[in-house]
Amino acid sequence: MDTQVSPVVDPPTPASRGGPGARPPAVSRVALAAALLLPPRLTPESVRYDRRYRTVDRYRFVCWFLAPPLLIYTVLVIWPFLQAFFYAMTDWTGFGGEFSMVWSGNFSRMWRDDAFWDALANSLVLLVLAPVITLALGLFFAYMLNAGGRHRRSESVGGVRGAAFYKIVYFLPQVLSVAIIAIVWARVFSPRSGLVNTGLEAVGLGSLAQDNWLGGSWARWVILLVLCWSFVGFYVVLFSAAMAAVPRDIYEAALLDGAGRAATFFRVTFPLTWDTVRTGWIYMGIQALDAFALVIVMVPRGGFDVLPTYLYLKAFREGQAGYATAVGVVLFLITLVFTLVMMRVGRRDRIEF
Amino acid sequence: MTSSPHLHRRTLIRRSAAAGLTALPAMAALSACASGGGGSGGGGKQQNAPGEVTERNPFGLTADSGVEVLIFNGGFEDQYARDVGAVFEEHYGSVEHNATEEISARVQARMVSGNPPDMINNSGADMMPLPALLKEGQVADLRPLFDAPSWDDPAVKVRDTLLPGTVESGQYGGQEVYVLNYAFTVYGTWYSRKLLHDTLEEEYPQTWDQMLAVCEKAKKQGIAGWTYAGHHARYLSFTMMPMMAKVGGPEVFDAIDRLEPGAWKQDAVVAVFEAYEEIAAKGYLLPGTPGINHTESQTEWAKNKALFLPCGTWLENESKADIAPDAEIAVGAATGLDSSDALPFGTLYATAGEPFIVPADAAAPRAGMEFLRIMLGRDAARNFTEKVSSLTSVAGAADGLALPPGLTSAQEAVAAAGENIVAPRFREWYPVFFSDVMGVAMGEMMAGDLTAAEALDRIQAGADAVAADDSVEKYL
Repeated sequence: MDTQVSPVVDPPTPASRGGPGARPPAVSRVALAAALLLPPRLTPESVRYDRRYRTVDRYRFVCWFLAPPLLIYTVLVIWPFLQAFFYAMTDWTGFGGEFSMVWSGNFSRMWRDDAFWDALANSLVLLVLAPVITLALGLFFAYMLNAGGRHRRSESVGGVRGAAFYKIVYFLPQVLSVAIIAIVWARVFSPRSGLVNTGLEAVGLGSLAQDNWLGGSWARWVILLVLCWSFVGFYVVLFSAAMAAVPRDIYEAALLDGAGRAATFFRVTFPLTWDTVRTGWIYMGIQALDAFALVIVMVPRGGFDVLPTYLYLKAFREGQAGYATAVGVVLFLITLVFTLVMMRVGRRDRIEF
Repeated sequence: MTSSPHLHRRTLIRRSAAAGLTALPAMAALSACASGGGGSGGGGKQQNAPGEVTERNPFGLTADSGVEVLIFNGGFEDQYARDVGAVFEEHYGSVEHNATEEISARVQARMVSGNPPDMINNSGADMMPLPALLKEGQVADLRPLFDAPSWDDPAVKVRDTLLPGTVESGQYGGQEVYVLNYAFTVYGTWYSRKLLHDTLEEEYPQTWDQMLAVCEKAKKQGIAGWTYAGHHARYLSFTMMPMMAKVGGPEVFDAIDRLEPGAWKQDAVVAVFEAYEEIAAKGYLLPGTPGINHTESQTEWAKNKALFLPCGTWLENESKADIAPDAEIAVGAATGLDSSDALPFGTLYATAGEPFIVPADAAAPRAGMEFLRIMLGRDAARNFTEKVSSLTSVAGAADGLALPPGLTSAQEAVAAAGENIVAPRFREWYPVFFSDVMGVAMGEMMAGDLTAAEALDRIQAGADAVAADDSVEKYL
């Protein structure tokens, strides 16, 4: 307010307005920098009437709004990251104040650690498969809900009957805590009383029932299933929003040209929602790399590990926080590389509409 | 450890940095705490002015000493400790009593910053790994407690009031005793007397031939011979380990505990694995057992779907809602192979469990020890047994109490075993090997995924890997 009002109330003298010979009053850089920290009404007039003050005023606004989140982000995210890189080079147990530097020792130990490679392989399987399955299902459902219905006279494109209801049903897992999802699904796969085995027997497929869905070789596929199930709903809603933004007349044009549902999807919907799909892909990839809560709740010890559960085992059950932090650093690098690759691979010309 | 002031300051900086890793916003506050802390492993700070040391007050506490304790709020809950606290408060000031299911989450940051409670019931799934704590010198030696006069009779030392093996169970390779194991747990084959004696008209099997015959008879009546906690297959060791000792003598455990090459290829070990493989191969296992957890297995067993269950004395309390009042449950000592076994029938796997520690950096470790001394008194021990249906390590404390049937049978089993009480130590020393390697291999053998020989190969390889792994502390 002040900055807009006061020049009117108290206009600067013509001499200070500029012009070839008229230099503004000499206000030091220090005073201008100090103005960044002051609210406008407390800023001395000599500074306020300086020509460079307009820039200061703009940056002051930006700085004050950015400072709190940046500070929190630095303290809670950046600083722990830096610390993690440091602790990854120590033999800290996590239970005392003493440790010594082992430099690359943790990483060379990881290189020879079969259990680490198993966990890494499991994490990578999830990283590749979970986004593909989840996003494919999410796109398919969203398309059916938005543009996959029978043609009605009133509108060119529309969802299947009951689309609004399905949208809520798909989204339901999102409002459940992941711990609840894990416990419920563990019950479903319980061999004696679970829905899966009793269901298989009820329809005469008892031979497919397993004694140990969650512990043996089936565990990773069960985790993959639950992971996809719990996230599909989110992507249905996300992609629905993206598809709703596609102008109807493009669909109408495609229809007039005789495009069927598949052609409409691959030629119109998919290219026009690609940006959202790519963002979703990165997000889902990170979710798949985590999968910690599902695995720790559903899979018994010794069943199988993903990187985060292996990290947890080392840090909290074996008291090897230094080694665990090194595993965490590797997980961080994998996430980073994955994100960068996805950003590069997916880059296309943006279609404006 | 930190004698020079220069070193001390560096320790302080490291500690505050370490604390910051767990709780950055509180970093400034925590480093302030750490600056109040002394060096680690030095036996603690002496904030309280010591009172007069007497027979009744061996730790020299005063009327306002106070103590801070952290109790694991698991199967035993925490009322018994509140009762101990009430006695403590009568003599030595206020008790700050905290109870949690997640010990590590609650105190790990405080351990790192050198400001732990005076006594911790370090138990449960989220317990702090003791080997790591020992490596850091975070645990006080409890020998002053065990050598102190007992709460009830100053003429008798605390260590002489305990069941044999209790003090030893708290040792990690040396003479120091770091852990008080308070609950005395009997492991074995659990069954319902009603089901075995009345329904099946059989006696508890003492040889493996009898075991197979009983299982066969049960199978004909639609009852499975065995079930176990498939997702925690290490429970199988509660009956397999004592069987190994019965077949081959207690020396079998020595080689296993020391991670000796070929320890898991000893004749007795192989014989026991083959015996259990036969149970699974002959279809005496409850279908689906490999995929159920411990509570599911206990429920199925309590519903008489299976005859035998490997478990410990906590079973009766944990599954009391499922066990029929007239089931007359009992724990049986390990069934042997045949008459050529090294030890007689009755050989029992029993050991003191439920660990209590006093942190070395605690503000008042002597108050923590006094709390434990009261807990080891006769009244507190009887109160514990009555409250939670578990025996304690205090010898004879439960005599004359009206105990539930399972606990009574455990008491009888201890008496019948006499000298032949056995317990392997590698379970506490190498817990990850115990549950993730040995337990999982046992489970896969019972599930039919591995033969006995393959399971033993896997376990031996795991033991060899632990022996060769520098990052794992070794004991003995």
